[in-house]
Amino acid sequence: MDIKLQQVSYAYAKGTPFEKRALFDVDLTITSGTYKAIIGHTGSGKSTILQHFNALLKPTEGVVQIGDRRIEAGKKNKDLKAIRQKVGIVFQFPEHQLFEETVLKDIMFGPMNFGVSAEEAESRARDLVDLVGLPTEVLEKSPFDLSGGQMRRVAIAGVLAMQPEVIVLDEPTAGLDPRGQKEMMDMFYALHKEKGLTTILVTHSMEDAARYADEIAIMHEGRCVLTDTPRKLFSEEALLKEFRLELPRIVQFQHRLEKMIGHALPQVCLTEEELAKAVAHAIKESDRP
Amino acid sequence: MSEILSFNHVTFSYAPEEGGRNAVEDVTFAVQQGEWIAVVGHNGSGKSTLAKLMSGLLFPQQGEVRFKHDVLTEENIWDIRSNIGIVFQNPDNQFVGTTVQDDVAFSLENNGVPYEEMVKRVQEALQQVKMEKFLNHEPHHLSGGQKQRVAIAGALAMQPQMLILDEATSMLDPQGRAEVLKTVQILREKIGLTVLSITHDLEEAMLADRILFMNEGKKFAQGTPAEIFALGDQLVEFGLDLPFAMKMTKLLQAQGVQLAGKHMTEEELVNDIWTSNFNK
Amino acid sequence: MMEKMIFGRFIPGDSFIHRLDPRSKLLFVLGFIIIVFLANNTITYALLLAFTFLVILVSRIRLYFLVNGLKPVLILMIFTFLLHLFFTQEGNLLWEWRFINIYEEGLRQGIYISVRFLVLVFMTTVLTLTTSPISITDGLETLLDPFKKVKLPVHELALMMSIALRFIPTLMDETDKIMKAQMARGSDLSAGSLSQRLKAVVPLLVPLFVSAFKRAEDLATAMEVRGYRGGEGRTRYRQLKWDLEDTVALLSLVVLAGVLIYFRQ
Repeated sequence: MDIKLQQVSYAYAKGTPFEKRALFDVDLTITSGTYKAIIGHTGSGKSTILQHFNALLKPTEGVVQIGDRRIEAGKKNKDLKAIRQKVGIVFQFPEHQLFEETVLKDIMFGPMNFGVSAEEAESRARDLVDLVGLPTEVLEKSPFDLSGGQMRRVAIAGVLAMQPEVIVLDEPTAGLDPRGQKEMMDMFYALHKEKGLTTILVTHSMEDAARYADEIAIMHEGRCVLTDTPRKLFSEEALLKEFRLELPRIVQFQHRLEKMIGHALPQVCLTEEELAKAVAHAIKESDRP
Repeated sequence: MSEILSFNHVTFSYAPEEGGRNAVEDVTFAVQQGEWIAVVGHNGSGKSTLAKLMSGLLFPQQGEVRFKHDVLTEENIWDIRSNIGIVFQNPDNQFVGTTVQDDVAFSLENNGVPYEEMVKRVQEALQQVKMEKFLNHEPHHLSGGQKQRVAIAGALAMQPQMLILDEATSMLDPQGRAEVLKTVQILREKIGLTVLSITHDLEEAMLADRILFMNEGKKFAQGTPAEIFALGDQLVEFGLDLPFAMKMTKLLQAQGVQLAGKHMTEEELVNDIWTSNFNK
Repeated sequence: MMEKMIFGRFIPGDSFIHRLDPRSKLLFVLGFIIIVFLANNTITYALLLAFTFLVILVSRIRLYFLVNGLKPVLILMIFTFLLHLFFTQEGNLLWEWRFINIYEEGLRQGIYISVRFLVLVFMTTVLTLTTSPISITDGLETLLDPFKKVKLPVHELALMMSIALRFIPTLMDETDKIMKAQMARGSDLSAGSLSQRLKAVVPLLVPLFVSAFKRAEDLATAMEVRGYRGGEGRTRYRQLKWDLEDTVALLSLVVLAGVLIYFRQ
């Protein structure tokens, strides 16, 4: 299912003295099956744009096309619920949305809202606790007795239980310790690879965007200013500077190394592993007479 | 150098009767005047309980916590608190005032500082964290990093002998985190402030003079950043991450790249790659 | 509709009225509310109306903005006007059509009541629009200070109010966030029967309470660490300053009262 934003603008409290424009003429396409990262500073419009992906916000100008549904500015839309089953959003600090007496009930909440039977919802919940890396015993516990990291996993299971076709992740690793961060990102990547889940990652981590995304869109002051593959995007240091963004740590390191050895490596490396290989290769090359 | 804060065989449990695991067990360490010490550990390692013991929000069941040789007790706690500034994790939940200047003045009001003195100190404190232009801003119009800088100013206004950062950067975006750390570094240079930062970010811990590594409520190791990072894979086992240069070193060696040693900084590593491989 | 509503909101500015001490503004509005009841004929009501518009003029709040923002209140006012118009049956009969009879007294009463209503709403709105909530709190705390003698916890109440004011925007954001998160999970607050809707509120309220309690706990810790132990021995950073302007403002009210007493029947 593709999501397409065409000339989308959005203003909060439109038509009042408190009006605040958050998006300006945004064009953005998320192709089915891709992993897309949206990066930008706090206040760049990232969190406003993500609420358009499942019609939590409707554009004040322009069109949002979600699969075969068209959400147009100024038009009434019925049954937006169906869209929300297909596009799941994991909000920032999703553990704040837990409310049920048990973990099991909380995970079942989403699917049952969309008319899934209790048996089916429960079986999904049982599969998912395992998938998000929690022991089965937690199902009968109160979510409020779990640690912060565990609560987040429960909340994520609750979104996945709706079996969405697209998943939107808003800073999913915020506040986790380094191990938790890595586990979380690897889990979503595995889901993307194994189940072909279309993934949209909203983040300010250049490193995560470089490592996982097929394509990156950059938001700056309410506009989508650049869209490209990570490799091309991170070759354009000057352009990124304009939007007050830094290169991922790994690319900064590569530049430093290239300066030292006096020539560039064949391409921009996006992960530590890739760079290690490229350096080993370059050394072999230089050893050749 | 004189000692500012010390823990002497401190043990604390949230539920001592039920025989639950001790949140902090037999921890001993001391913070010297002018030092920056980082307490690291993964979430749940007992590092936040340490912060509560330092500020007298909790009292140990065994052992003692001393501030400048005075054991913390219910009686002297208010005096000691006025000498310690603490910045907590959540930027929103510690902002008491309705505007920036009101928030900075809060501790001063509590301690009965006269009005003229307050005005002066609020100004100075905000200048130290470069927030003097935001005097009348309301908290919901500030970024997380700015709110944390205001919280630091609130602590500085009391002219404390020590600043404790209790995971003060963990809810911030990279920009906010950089802002806060830069502010702390400047304060160290300018006024030689003693800093204790509790964190799970090892890049942040690298800025410290000394690191205290907590695991399961116990002090697992302590030493300079170099000494701690020499633990290598053990850090990873305990849920922490290696500094970038060390991770890179390992990966390069796995690819058969010759390197002279382990490196903590990128600069050392780049130089080593050059001298050991290209510049032969 | 709620977004446009300006009743109780504050708009920063730098007019004469904005700069007044909150105590003088509070006393002014209190005095005005009493004085309004002095009016009892056309000329006194006209004077009240004129005085109100003068205050709005001085406050530099756009009248259009005020009228637009107070629409719901104004609708209520028109309703009261019509009520008086149709149901008061005194004085000369002015107009008659089928069962509708409009009497002179009804028209008069309708207009008087509406004007009274209008000036009261406008005046209190001007107060809140030009005075930040925290200033109002400060003003109230100082004005109520004598009541400490009768064990009214004035400082505690004022602190509670200021913290509530500080956290309203935070909790509004939080409510919005949780509501969106549950909507994204298929929860629907606007459809179904009453009992279904009530049920749909639970997923919103539980997280909101959990988070509010967590915030309260954090805040209490932060306050304690920063040395808060009640109102005793505390100094005040927010100082109120009574200027000549404040005296002038209150005097203008005395003049108004005098004029009204002179012209009233």
